[in-house]
Amino acid sequence: MAKLLDQPRYKCAMAGMQTVQAITRALPILHAGPGCAEKLSGSAGSSGYFSSHIFPCTNVSGQEIIFGGEEKLREIIANSLKVVDADLYVVLTGCTQELVGDDTTSVVRSFKDSAKPVVFASTAGFKGNNYLGHDWVLQAIFDQYLKPAVAAQKGLVNIWSGPPQHDPFWLSNLRELEKLVGDLGLIPNTIFGHGRGLANIDKVPSAEFNLLVSPWVGLDSVTLLKEKFGTPVLHYPVLPIGAFETSKFLRAVADFAGISTTIAETITRARESEYYYYIERYADIFLETRVMSKRFSTISDAQYALAITKFLVNDAGLLPARQYVTDDTPVEHRPALVDHFRDLNYGIQADVSFSSDGHQIHEEIKQADYFGYPLILGSSWEKQLARDTRAHYLAISWPNYERLVINSSYVGYSGGLKFLEDIYSVILTRFN
Amino acid sequence: MPLNLKEHTVETRETRLKSITGYSGCLSDLTTRTACGSVANRERCFSQSSTCLAGCALGQLSGIRDVAVINHAPSGCTAMAAGMSVLNSQLAAKRGVTNGTAFVGTDLNEQDTIFGAVESLRSIVHQVYERYNPRAIFVGTSCVSGVIGEDVDSLIAELKREIPVPIAVAHCEGFKSRIWASGFDISDHAILTSIVKTPKQKRNVINFKNFFESARPEIIELFGRFGVEPLFFYQNSTIDELSRLSESLATVCICGTLGTYIGNGLEERYGVPYIRTINPMGVVGFETWLREIGRVIGKSTEVEVYIAEQRREFMPQLEDRKKELKGLRAVIGMGPGYTFEVSRVLQELDMEVVWAAAWHYDVQYDNGALAPSLVHLKATSPSDFKLSVADQQNFEILNILNHYKPDIYFSRHPGTTVWAIKQGTAALYVADEYMIFGYRGLLNFAQSILDTIKNRSFEKNLAARTTSPYTDWWYAQGSEHFLKEDSR
Repeated sequence: MAKLLDQPRYKCAMAGMQTVQAITRALPILHAGPGCAEKLSGSAGSSGYFSSHIFPCTNVSGQEIIFGGEEKLREIIANSLKVVDADLYVVLTGCTQELVGDDTTSVVRSFKDSAKPVVFASTAGFKGNNYLGHDWVLQAIFDQYLKPAVAAQKGLVNIWSGPPQHDPFWLSNLRELEKLVGDLGLIPNTIFGHGRGLANIDKVPSAEFNLLVSPWVGLDSVTLLKEKFGTPVLHYPVLPIGAFETSKFLRAVADFAGISTTIAETITRARESEYYYYIERYADIFLETRVMSKRFSTISDAQYALAITKFLVNDAGLLPARQYVTDDTPVEHRPALVDHFRDLNYGIQADVSFSSDGHQIHEEIKQADYFGYPLILGSSWEKQLARDTRAHYLAISWPNYERLVINSSYVGYSGGLKFLEDIYSVILTRFN
Repeated sequence: MPLNLKEHTVETRETRLKSITGYSGCLSDLTTRTACGSVANRERCFSQSSTCLAGCALGQLSGIRDVAVINHAPSGCTAMAAGMSVLNSQLAAKRGVTNGTAFVGTDLNEQDTIFGAVESLRSIVHQVYERYNPRAIFVGTSCVSGVIGEDVDSLIAELKREIPVPIAVAHCEGFKSRIWASGFDISDHAILTSIVKTPKQKRNVINFKNFFESARPEIIELFGRFGVEPLFFYQNSTIDELSRLSESLATVCICGTLGTYIGNGLEERYGVPYIRTINPMGVVGFETWLREIGRVIGKSTEVEVYIAEQRREFMPQLEDRKKELKGLRAVIGMGPGYTFEVSRVLQELDMEVVWAAAWHYDVQYDNGALAPSLVHLKATSPSDFKLSVADQQNFEILNILNHYKPDIYFSRHPGTTVWAIKQGTAALYVADEYMIFGYRGLLNFAQSILDTIKNRSFEKNLAARTTSPYTDWWYAQGSEHFLKEDSR
């Protein structure tokens, strides 16, 4: 049912076009209105080999609503293959053509013998948000493009995480996860970003297992891979930030991959030692700030709300005020997520709310007692809230219009330090 | 043809202004066809994602201070709310005012497409009114609400009896027009029908329609010399101010494409003269525009004194720049308002326009006449340059740049500049609508062109390491290859 979406923090399923675009040389073809792509691509770093201005689009008008748009789509796909130099073409449907009942599956199937692969994902905006759209796009590619592997490759691990581009840190986070997995002697395989692409997608079926680092986004697509190719899944819900969570993550991956605990321990000990070399030097700053209470709230998607809570509690020693998950987490995934928020050191538990009503979240935060200046991790929407509550504030998720993130990451040991840098760069602007 | 302000919605530009989005020819051909009434749209059999009218309409309305915009649409259509909110707070801070405007959505889902969501919308409008106490409420419709047949007009008629502030519907079904500028008319229609009141008194005010009022201090000072005040809208304007648009001495607009509906509407309905000259870009445009304002408000003498002063200060500096700019070849890709005006300005700087691409073309404005900028260009252009109507089609632009290899490309829309650079053409983004305003603007613009072509490092570095997204086959075709024969 329609609901008040106040301070939107997600987009619609068609933003799955960003997932396509994140695969180098994969091109979305939109069977949609002329403005969909522009509205959905409005974040920094959304250009590249392709951009929304390059995406072929049927730009549907009244004609296609009344008479259907299948022929128009056929024409646009055929000419896309001639005009745009891509490795993979992914047709995405918008709201109108799904409502009028275009048979996009048949149109796309008629291109099965074309020189380049053409697949189709249904991404009507009214069917779900971009977190779901990301998963639907991956499922379409896995289902319609992938062929079973001749043989599994020993040590090869596919790594999947949050939705590309929507998360400002998505790519460097993924690269850091690759490094961590690589440190264990495994061979990471990811399909997104520079130097990756269709060749990496081709390798997906031969992986030893799929590693999904995400509370719930992407579960359906890795499950599909399990059904299709029998590839085991390690679902690790916590994006690891800082030493404590990263060491835990490495041990879990090593355990799943059957890597000896000695190897994992050697790696974590060395990395923790280096991490705490820095923490030791800067601990004064963290301990002796006059302007921060011990309480924080995160207003973000499930991924960051959980990852940040784990880090700030288990690593930095803060206490969680209420945490707000804004990605419209499907109801079936909520109980497990709530349990993760209750599983913190010293029996500490974080209360968590699921809401897409930013105004209501802000009202709650204004009423809550943080016993001093709060720390608020959120988006552009929290800037005014921070002024109203005298909070320290850092925008870490979309929309983040007043902060440029190019290739920073909060994942891993160095990511934890980077996160502390960013938080305390805000805190240091005040004395008391 | 008179504007129909009795209807809930405004007709699209295709219907009202005979506007088109596909054409390829030249200046003389387009103006001849326009005169003969034989301009026909050419559809494309390959097209790329463009822009929809909803973004324009709701973007305009959400710049007004302390209102609520409710987008009756799936979540993706409301993705722009965050950007608008940041923009509003930055622009309000610049002015030293506050803007409490809320831009929310109704997050339409699959169930709503089956059962309808009018009742949900009703409670959302009430909730938003209680929550934000807005001075007016604008409800935007969308592709989805249109296709499933939501009767938003009837709902709003009922709500008007329950909520004591103006409520208007902005009919933003994106599929009804290919021309996003139709969205400007949709917002103007909402303001004309629901906010503007019958005049009680005349005021020494000139309505100034623009985007983001960056030249506000300069224009206040300029108009002050003639004893009048500008009223800028929509960004940072208030509902009170807008309700008095009918009491002003005249309406001007920074861009013909942007102003046609409200300018003509205020003139037709309330007798507020709409200044329809070429725009105040470059010296010729600025002087033509200012003299007409002077004539309309009876301040011609004061205007001439001002022009003489400014000429003494700026003309020598401009002449210096022109020596260096002479003969540089340019391609332009902008909305029609700016394409024709910037073409004229470049010619004023002794540059050569080799191809001008307008994203759409209005065969006429709402007064039934041609765009003054095109008439002027036809009369004064030293060359019969190539001209196309290109609907933001990047593949056509890159084909043109590859073929003509100009010295510089001028863009005006986000995300379009980098493509010229990657293909090795210097490019300048004419973002701010006041970038070429008056003498100082023209001087800054002339210098920026020189600065852009003198240091090519960024573009050379980038171009050397990137490849074009288009096939060799495409570059071997003419840019009009995918335009079908005239379809009307």
